[in-house]
Amino acid sequence: MKTPVISVKNLVKKFGSFVANDHLTFDVYRGEIFGFLGANGAGKTTAMRILCGLSAPTSGELMVGGYDVYSQTEQIKRNIGYMSQKFSLYEDMTIAENIRFYGGIYGLSVKERKAKEEVLLSKLSLQGERDKLIASLPLGWKQKLAFSVALLHDPQIIFLDEPTGGVDPITRRQFWDFIYEASADGKTIFVTTHYMDEAEYCDRVSIMVDGRIAALDTPEKLKKQFEAADMNEVFLKLARKAKATE
Amino acid sequence: MNRFWGFVKKEFYHIFRDARTMIILFGIPIAQLLLFGTVITNEIKDAHIAIYDQSKDEVTQEITTKLLSSGYFVLDQYLESTADIEAIFKKGKVREVLVFEAGFAQSLEKEGKAKVQVIADASDPNVGKLLANYTSGIINDYMLKEMGEMQLPMQIKPEVRMYYNEGLESVHMFVPGIMAMILMLISAMMTSISITREKELGTMEILLVSPLRPVQIILGKVAPYLGLSIINAVVILLIGHWVFGVPIAGSWVLLMLESILFILMALCLGILISTMAKTQMVAMFISMIALMLPTILLSGFIFPIENMPVPLQILSHAMPPRWFIVILKNIMLKGTGLLYVWKETLILLGMAVLFTAIAVKKFKTRLE
Amino acid sequence: MIKVESISKSYQATKALNRISFEVTQGELFGLIGPDGAGKTSLMRILMTLLVPDEGKASMSGLDVVRDYKQIRQLVGYMPGRFSLYQDLSVEENLEFFATVFGITIAENYELIKDIYVQIEPFKKRLAGKLSGGMKQKLALSCALIHKPEILVLDEPTTGVDAVSRKEFWEMLKKLQQQGITILVSTPYMDEASLCDRVALMQKGEVMEIDSPARIVENYTRTLLAARSDNMNRLIQDVRNWDEVESAYAFGQFIHVTPKRNEMEAVELEKFLMTQKHEKLQVNEISPGIEDVFMALMKEKE
Repeated sequence: MKTPVISVKNLVKKFGSFVANDHLTFDVYRGEIFGFLGANGAGKTTAMRILCGLSAPTSGELMVGGYDVYSQTEQIKRNIGYMSQKFSLYEDMTIAENIRFYGGIYGLSVKERKAKEEVLLSKLSLQGERDKLIASLPLGWKQKLAFSVALLHDPQIIFLDEPTGGVDPITRRQFWDFIYEASADGKTIFVTTHYMDEAEYCDRVSIMVDGRIAALDTPEKLKKQFEAADMNEVFLKLARKAKATE
Repeated sequence: MNRFWGFVKKEFYHIFRDARTMIILFGIPIAQLLLFGTVITNEIKDAHIAIYDQSKDEVTQEITTKLLSSGYFVLDQYLESTADIEAIFKKGKVREVLVFEAGFAQSLEKEGKAKVQVIADASDPNVGKLLANYTSGIINDYMLKEMGEMQLPMQIKPEVRMYYNEGLESVHMFVPGIMAMILMLISAMMTSISITREKELGTMEILLVSPLRPVQIILGKVAPYLGLSIINAVVILLIGHWVFGVPIAGSWVLLMLESILFILMALCLGILISTMAKTQMVAMFISMIALMLPTILLSGFIFPIENMPVPLQILSHAMPPRWFIVILKNIMLKGTGLLYVWKETLILLGMAVLFTAIAVKKFKTRLE
Repeated sequence: MIKVESISKSYQATKALNRISFEVTQGELFGLIGPDGAGKTSLMRILMTLLVPDEGKASMSGLDVVRDYKQIRQLVGYMPGRFSLYQDLSVEENLEFFATVFGITIAENYELIKDIYVQIEPFKKRLAGKLSGGMKQKLALSCALIHKPEILVLDEPTTGVDAVSRKEFWEMLKKLQQQGITILVSTPYMDEASLCDRVALMQKGEVMEIDSPARIVENYTRTLLAARSDNMNRLIQDVRNWDEVESAYAFGQFIHVTPKRNEMEAVELEKFLMTQKHEKLQVNEISPGIEDVFMALMKEKE
């Protein structure tokens, strides 16, 4: 019934003798908001890079959007969107130029792109601002725009790498409204965050500790399993345990 | 003092732990020296020439012999008419033709002047230029030796520096140029990059809020590169001397002192660049474009200054390597002492002081 | 210890700081709380004598930040936002370098950093660039403390750091505070406000409120309701569309609702939501957190 969009079986990634990802196995389903949490250095970024086709796994079976991570990275890249807090849009280009640029990268035809540009701008009510430089926009706008641009080529899956870091509390929540909307449209969202309250907004959450997935379930069940009041406590309990055995 | 040494120690850690820095510091200079040395010597070796001797007297014979024994020229054939000149150039093998006027020896004796035409194949302008320079050098040299101090106006304007390079080994001419270029590169580029790197990494912020004074930071940055550049200068001189047989006629001490002066000037320039550039990339570009290219193009290293358009000639006065190359040539090839290069030395000193003053003034104790 | 009087600072057209004033007393742990672009870094750089304010005055330990910058640099420890140690130097070499910069030896002030440094000492030969995030932070803190500063200024030390390391870091700060060091720290994480003695809530170059976290929350008089159901996405839409509601935001597993009428009770909201056919409903009145207050203040400003 539930179709996996991302399917990972026994993913291993080694850097020399260091095992960054130690037999990760998980599925992400269509339309799901999948929270990918973990302490710094737990191997989140490594795994995310592999899923985006930016880095090859050492071993394991991985399918992203129905494509094989080893041999079909080009198709994978066409079917995913990516946004991070650090890099999103070119600050020295206007809104319209950024949209055109990304449309161009993903090979949209001029007609398609123009249509998408209009839809996107009207949705964000930015029609009047299209010739403004990104640098001149408030952070909240930049973020929404970056998210919309990541969706421009209609990807099945969107990877969000700490999309809300350093953002004010209202904008942060507005951003999650966007995430929900995209998920309701059938997009699959794969998101990392350091805000534990945001973990509660995810359909399912995986928590990585030292290269392994230490827990994976809905926030509800995780809280029950670890007898915790909120996700922050779940996280602390898991990570503490790892420290104790270090 | 302790702070200073702590700083210097840290700089050496940076330098020795970065393979790229080490390659730029030591690999590139040596490679460049060997490469230029080999290429330049080979380029000019055994150039084919033809001679149209309308006089065929004693003097023209002697000049011809002298040319051919220099090791750079091989006689292809004697020509019989002016028409042959164009024909032989068209064949492409001959790169230079010498034309002695009729009655060469007589007119030299009677009027104190004689005409010899040097026609070089300028399809490769640098080689053509070089060949013509060598030829006129050899002829002048002959004149000097044979005719004493008598000044003989010739159709070819004599190249002054040729007088002192009797063997006319081309390597001799380029060693000072390479040395100026390498010291400039290492001193200016490396310091500017190492300072901007701290800006980029954010460590400059920490240094600024520490009790270190700007002068201490600057000196701490400069000292390791001063040391390494001196080593480099010695290595270049040794390779030049032992591998390519460049004479060092003058005083080694003076040579090293002048080199240190030039290095200091370049280091100050590097610091000045770092006060203007925010990132390593920008520092590198400024060093490359503002320092390297003028060093190569405008210092007289490759293109003789006398042959440049007047505006460029004027501009070349502002190029520190120009003066350094003159100093080097004087000490190495002519064997002259400070008496002959005090003017150039003063100019370099002035530049060093000027750059330091601007750099210290511009080096900010704050972030703005 | 720290005194800021009506400081303003602009970069070209943008006003980074607009007439900021506050004081930090001896031995206090003071937090600047606000998102990116609130002006926290600019303010700290002014205090660290790295920037000159356009207007206003500020002093650290009685020394003027513009005039007496040299003395200030001796007695303040600073940890900038980015990890700013030498990545190609080992843990030990970094610490040694910063000690010599201040003209002291590690041994002299080892007591102060001991608790923190012992945790990274097993890795002292490792290059700083090869440390994990949490360890880098500990090293940076050790380096900032090595000259035994009176005041410690930390610019977003916990940004991008996982929850466990954040918790540990705050525990370290508390210990330092007990040793009499005055600490000024900035953070974008609202939940960290409660760990400070007093905080300034900052947004767009202005201080919206200064007080102890407890009093900030106490002084907030609006009613706040928390609600949840089995369909949170629909719940938030329905709540927002109800004209009795001023604002509704997701807060972890709940939605925090600010009603227009202060007297509204939880049951009223519950009744309304039942008419919207929500199941597994849970609605209570709650006391606000710093984040609720921050958001309310932000809205007020707009």
